[in-house]
Amino acid sequence: MSEEKNGRQELNRNLAQMLKGGVIMDVTTPEQAKIAEAAGACAVMALERIPADIRAAGGVSRMSDPAMIKGIQAAVSIPVMAKCRIGHIAEARILEAIEIDYIDESEVLSPADDTRHIDKTKFSVPFVCGARDLGEALRRIGEGATMIRTKGEPGTGDVVQAVRHMRKMQNEIRRIASLREDELYEAAKELAAPLDLVKFVHENGRLPVVNFAAGGVATPADAALMMELGAEGVFVGSGIFKSGDPAKRAAAIVQAVTNWQDSKLLAQLSENLGPAMVGINADEIETIMEERGK
Amino acid sequence: MKVGVLAVQGAFDEMEAYWRAQGAETFEIRQRGDLDRGLDLLALPGGESTVQGKLLKDLGLFAPLKERIDGGLPVFATCAGLILLAAKIDDSGSRTDTRPERWFGVLPVTVRRNAYGRQLGSFRTVGTFDGKPNVPMTFIRAPAITEVAPQVEVLSTFDGAPTAVRWQHIIAFTWHPELN
Repeated sequence: MSEEKNGRQELNRNLAQMLKGGVIMDVTTPEQAKIAEAAGACAVMALERIPADIRAAGGVSRMSDPAMIKGIQAAVSIPVMAKCRIGHIAEARILEAIEIDYIDESEVLSPADDTRHIDKTKFSVPFVCGARDLGEALRRIGEGATMIRTKGEPGTGDVVQAVRHMRKMQNEIRRIASLREDELYEAAKELAAPLDLVKFVHENGRLPVVNFAAGGVATPADAALMMELGAEGVFVGSGIFKSGDPAKRAAAIVQAVTNWQDSKLLAQLSENLGPAMVGINADEIETIMEERGK
Repeated sequence: MKVGVLAVQGAFDEMEAYWRAQGAETFEIRQRGDLDRGLDLLALPGGESTVQGKLLKDLGLFAPLKERIDGGLPVFATCAGLILLAAKIDDSGSRTDTRPERWFGVLPVTVRRNAYGRQLGSFRTVGTFDGKPNVPMTFIRAPAITEVAPQVEVLSTFDGAPTAVRWQHIIAFTWHPELN
């Protein structure tokens, strides 16, 4: 990697550091983006359909219309993210051309390549990728992702998979940290992850990039749970604009992420939020998005 | 020295590490009760100024912090922290139609948010800070200081514009000394 590209990677990791302790919200219109920003979102994810509706509509799901994304970029001052399909180099280039702040190479969309992800080191814009365990996270980072999120099971409002993924990742991080140095080679082989990144985890007891929770977060309590389990911030997809009072719920989730240890405040924040998204249990669905891209 | 780091959102871990490396004792300010611990310096980290400003108000931190800052509490602020302190926010020329909001409004400078554009405009350079050469400076979706009052001391510049300033009990940066 050239020094310039290396520098970009570092700057892109730095932007994720600035997002920590924050909530990134899915929005489909400039109006929703403004509601999210006013409620305290640290960034918005611009997409045509939120995961719950992608699930309901079925069919192939692709990158959003750049005109729609630009409308949202013009509406808010916070960073704007957008999704491209796994392995879809051209969609990623289009998003880079409109100067998106972060690309989510996302399993929520239909994968364009069923074996390979994008070589993200070839881009100047940053990428966030989903992961279900440490090996997957380190493979994505090896490809150039500068931020990781759990996959969870998007569009369900069911937090069980995000919990499973975060617990697994944190458990494996603790295990790697506890190994003898000469055991790391075998560990890298088992995880199918780059050795230098396994060594980083061993020495530092954490991922080399920021790690958020995503997939099925619907309430302030869900957000606090993910912070308790080691998330550094939270993505909320369908949970906000599929609920009864999006502005109020969004603001409550933002405060819950900051003060996840204060249960009295969490109780207050959870009061009278109106109906949460109805949701669907993760074991009742047919399309398993988390299986996409390993 | 006891440094209270505003920890409502952003790179507060990095700010705490920065101060601990200098031998200070640090604690996080997430709600009003945290201020009872007493602090010799307030550190305002990078992050999103709109989020931090909103949380300051929602969590009842704004008034007590403003009272302490106005009363002369030393403040060390980077990026979003500078925006929270600035007397004037100039969003003219901004791509967005969001209205600029003023928060503590104590530091007599004018600040333009996201002055270098989106993330593709983020950059790293090396410069002179407070007479010290070769200081690495990281700008992440950084604001710019477009005007300073005469009594404000400029500590570093980029392309001729101030990037760090000192005024009375406040030091503020558009870049991130805590990241290098």
